[in-house]
Amino acid sequence: MAGLEDLYREIILDHYRNPRHRGELECPPAHRSEGFNPLCGDEVVLTFEMDGDVVTDLRVGGYGCSISQASASMMSAAVIGKTIDEIRDLTRAFKAMMSIHEESIGGDGSEALDGAADAAGANDGALRLGDLEALRGVVKFPVRIKCATLGWNALATGLDETAAGE
Amino acid sequence: MSTGAGPDIDRAVKVQFPLLERSVHGRPIVYLDSAASSQKPTAVLDAMDDYYRTVNANVHRGAYEIAAAATEQMEQARADVARFISAPSADEIVFTKNATEAMNLVARSWGGSNLGSADAIVLTEMEHHANIVPWHILAAERGFEIRWIPITHDGCLDLTDLDRLLDGAKLLSVTAMSNVLGTLNPIPRLAAAAHDAGALLSVDASQYVPHLPTDVGELGADFMVFTGHKMCGPTGVGVLWARMELLDAMPPFLGGGEMILDVTKEGFRPNTVPHKFEAGTPPIAEIVGLGAAVRYLEGLGMDAVRAHEVSLTGYALRTLTDRHGDDITVHGPSEPAQRGGVLSFVYRDVHPHDISQVLDQSGVCVRAGHHCAKPLMRCLGVTATTRASLYVYNDTSDIDSLAEALDEVGALFGH
Ligand SMILES: Cc1ncc(COP(=O)(O)O)c(C=O)c1O
Repeated sequence: MAGLEDLYREIILDHYRNPRHRGELECPPAHRSEGFNPLCGDEVVLTFEMDGDVVTDLRVGGYGCSISQASASMMSAAVIGKTIDEIRDLTRAFKAMMSIHEESIGGDGSEALDGAADAAGANDGALRLGDLEALRGVVKFPVRIKCATLGWNALATGLDETAAGE
Repeated sequence: MSTGAGPDIDRAVKVQFPLLERSVHGRPIVYLDSAASSQKPTAVLDAMDDYYRTVNANVHRGAYEIAAAATEQMEQARADVARFISAPSADEIVFTKNATEAMNLVARSWGGSNLGSADAIVLTEMEHHANIVPWHILAAERGFEIRWIPITHDGCLDLTDLDRLLDGAKLLSVTAMSNVLGTLNPIPRLAAAAHDAGALLSVDASQYVPHLPTDVGELGADFMVFTGHKMCGPTGVGVLWARMELLDAMPPFLGGGEMILDVTKEGFRPNTVPHKFEAGTPPIAEIVGLGAAVRYLEGLGMDAVRAHEVSLTGYALRTLTDRHGDDITVHGPSEPAQRGGVLSFVYRDVHPHDISQVLDQSGVCVRAGHHCAKPLMRCLGVTATTRASLYVYNDTSDIDSLAEALDEVGALFGH
């Protein structure tokens, strides 16, 4: 049975209480993208600056539950300084982790997760989810998966728009 | 503990609801989400089971024994529902899928033939989306104006400008009890004001009929809608009540079988009320179940149901504030007599999703979200609330469990 400790890992609560890169950058030059969950009203507002194809800075605004806000905070720490392609790989790996169905997890789910990360192009071994893995337990609480992916979806949309606009 | 919450209603009632015997996450279930949907007593489950096992056949037009019995059971339920809300005639009871469909029926059928671009209707800021969106849809087609009665800081209707808002309006459509704040609105007073202004009154009684003795005449309503699953009945059946002369004049809503007297290649003649509004095979078993629910509630006595809930709401308000003090704020009227057993609360700055998630681990079922009342959420300045709602099977131990489980929320999210 999934317990609360699977969901509310200490590192998640830490990001919730002390969100990283909180705030907003001036647009332009920054780009802006919003994620909205109509079911619960949670909102993530991302503003980010690009230099070539590198995200040089990113700020997180909005409001919502611990999972949506902590996940966006962890995402900000993970993507700043990375290229669009690197971020897309990371997004794919993260969303793969979020889509593993409970039944297929068995045990702590690390094998399934590694498989998913591999499938997402992580087999060069360089791509590690690192702290983001703390969110793995969210999969056991299906209604909360949307909370965890809210920021990532907003970032993916934002990056697609920036790429398309150039 | 003595609470004055009718001990006869307490224990004796809970055991009549089989689901309340189960546990979740290894803890006995504490069901505090009846405003979303109520649990069902054995009497209702048995009635539906019996119907399918011994009576099942399509209604009307069947000469054989069980078809006649099915029709009789369905029409008995119509009479039961009419009696339950003191409707003058069972023919004024139209069965729908739920309250939402009933309100759409009023909008489409009455609104569609009475509202034009020069007209206005009045809603309130505390309506459920079921009493907002059907009007938005129709207004987009016909261009009438929608006016809004605002709410006060303590979650009551602000009637200061009522007469001005009603001036020239054709309809006031209002909830009898807020599904978020528990506020009981002064329906007879609103009826008088609407009628004085030449407007009709439509009442969303989805949260009212299950919890208080209801008399459509005393309320002064012209239309009233409610839904079976919130009043110990099954899902899939709702009710529109309206005055016969209104129903008579309204065009059909959906077309098909049952709702016609004659059909030719050129057209059709609609059936009489209420069948005119009941196209296709109705949810017969559900209607039978709703009839059983109504008789079950009558057996308890709606005065006793209301007294139980007033007492338990008072107990809940006291217990939550005694135990959690400034950490908790309950929205809506503070006086139990002015409200139903719906408690939307803020606990510290913890998000409702996180609260309900932690409570769930203790078996406590509460709802987190906007409760289909987004305009109200905006008025309250929140995106979501945590809502605990009570019904006749709840008792003080459920409230104690809620208060206790909130400690764990504090422990996890405390700073
Ligand atoms: C006040 C109010 N009106 C309407 C409804 C809609 O009920 P249903 O979904 O059964 O149509 C609800 C319940 O969700 C409600 O609380």
